[in-house]
Amino acid sequence: MEEQEAQQKDMASKAHADVHADEEDAAREGESYKLRIFRGDAEGGREVEYEIPAVEGMVVLDAILYIQAHQAGDLAVRWNCKAAHCGSCSAEINGKPKLLCKARVEEYGGQDIRVHPMRAFPVIKDLVSDVSWNYEVARSTIPFTTDEQAPFEMYEEDVERLYEPKKCIECFMCQDVCHVLRTHQKHEEFAGPRFFVRNQWLEMHPKDTERRVEYLKEGRGGIGYCNITKCCTEVCPAGIHITDNSIIPLKERVADEYYDPAKWLMRKIRGRRSPKTGQIIGRNGNRNGG
Amino acid sequence: MASITAAIKKPIQRLPWWVGPITVTAVLTGFGIYTMVAVLFFDRGEYANYLSPFYSPPVNSPLPAWLSPAIFVLWLPLGFRATCYYYRKAYYRAFFWDPPACSSKAQQREPRSTENYRGERNLFVWNNIHRYFMYGSFVLLIFLTIDTVRAFLPEGSFGITLGSLIFLVNVTLLWSYSLSCHSLRHIVGGRVDCYSCVTGGNARRKAYSWLSVLNQNHALFAWLSLFSLLITDIYIRLLLAGAVTDLRIL
Repeated sequence: MEEQEAQQKDMASKAHADVHADEEDAAREGESYKLRIFRGDAEGGREVEYEIPAVEGMVVLDAILYIQAHQAGDLAVRWNCKAAHCGSCSAEINGKPKLLCKARVEEYGGQDIRVHPMRAFPVIKDLVSDVSWNYEVARSTIPFTTDEQAPFEMYEEDVERLYEPKKCIECFMCQDVCHVLRTHQKHEEFAGPRFFVRNQWLEMHPKDTERRVEYLKEGRGGIGYCNITKCCTEVCPAGIHITDNSIIPLKERVADEYYDPAKWLMRKIRGRRSPKTGQIIGRNGNRNGG
Repeated sequence: MASITAAIKKPIQRLPWWVGPITVTAVLTGFGIYTMVAVLFFDRGEYANYLSPFYSPPVNSPLPAWLSPAIFVLWLPLGFRATCYYYRKAYYRAFFWDPPACSSKAQQREPRSTENYRGERNLFVWNNIHRYFMYGSFVLLIFLTIDTVRAFLPEGSFGITLGSLIFLVNVTLLWSYSLSCHSLRHIVGGRVDCYSCVTGGNARRKAYSWLSVLNQNHALFAWLSLFSLLITDIYIRLLLAGAVTDLRIL
């Protein structure tokens, strides 16, 4: 047991060892950075100032790990890959959502760096917020449904639009910056940009047979709350054009269904046309022709 | 194009958050006032073989003479722009501060309470008729293209003047703005889920891809075409007032 604990301790220290060795090697003499970090929990908290030695190429996560190792051992921060791939270290730097591992300290050009947890979600401790609400929304999404047996035969031209939404790393920064969630707290009625990206992938999948416009407009999606102000696109670390390529195409599909009188009339006269095959599939039915 | 946009964006991002919404408010308000004045107080927009885009196509107005016939035309492009996905972003941020910018500091300034915020669910649900304004705008564009051809025929034969070049730039930007429309992209190919399954799928996919390239610069075309409209109209007014003479190039 003791041996196991010692082994774990050793592993933990090794996780930081290289970073600190590099920092000491590259530290610029006499220079330092000041960080103001939120310390607290759901009950409240305050900013605490820390000063750390300046290191060439340092990212904010390096600075926070330095503080954690040398000045505040109880500072809570969530991180994992340190390569902008896992989406774990999302937080707000000077009021804007950022991946801590991707934000270079030098970018802030000597000004104070204020680090807070994502404010659209409840704070657990310090820089860690509770993002579990997103998993509840994920469960409400109508899943991929098909009447075919995998593996599917699909053509490049039919799936090329699906690569972009698949780049999402679920950092939830788009959810955090969305004013519908962060300012207006519409968590009960609005799914948020991350799930519009997900729904776009599902809706445009050539093998999927479900329809999601009702979910998006009338149901949990609440896409009408989105006023396409593009903050989600601005903060996406994966470079997904969330507004242009996910939200607006979904809004257009909602417009096809609910706000286009000519389309409504044609559906009444001719029946619904399948977006998969172009064939008429019934007056009121879903993609399966029901 | 992307590198130019990035080069412009970087210094802009360093500006305080309120610079963006205030600039957009000033420019759109200025354009609105200019258009109102042009429509309400000037009944002429024609000089030689040039017809101002504000007055094209010419219509016989049953209204009092002091009210310009341009109002029968302008509602269409104005509606197209007012319901455009890019301009919606611009005016929600600039005029309604919903939100004015993306930082938490800016979002704290949002005037609407949580209970009152409805997004595009109440009044702004009408923005969904954007595609109908788009159809109408393409009809107007055909007239504007004919006007541009006429601009290259100064005395009945081909010639290039400063005015004709202004017309050419204007109509090119207006076509670029209209062709980069999100609704058009959706109608042409965005609504199709399986291109290999539908008749003409490959052509629709190619058209969708081309329009998507244009669509990436929709905001840029939105601004440039707005300014080109203004410049074209101002140039014709200067010619009408005799303040400038049209420069013959060829």
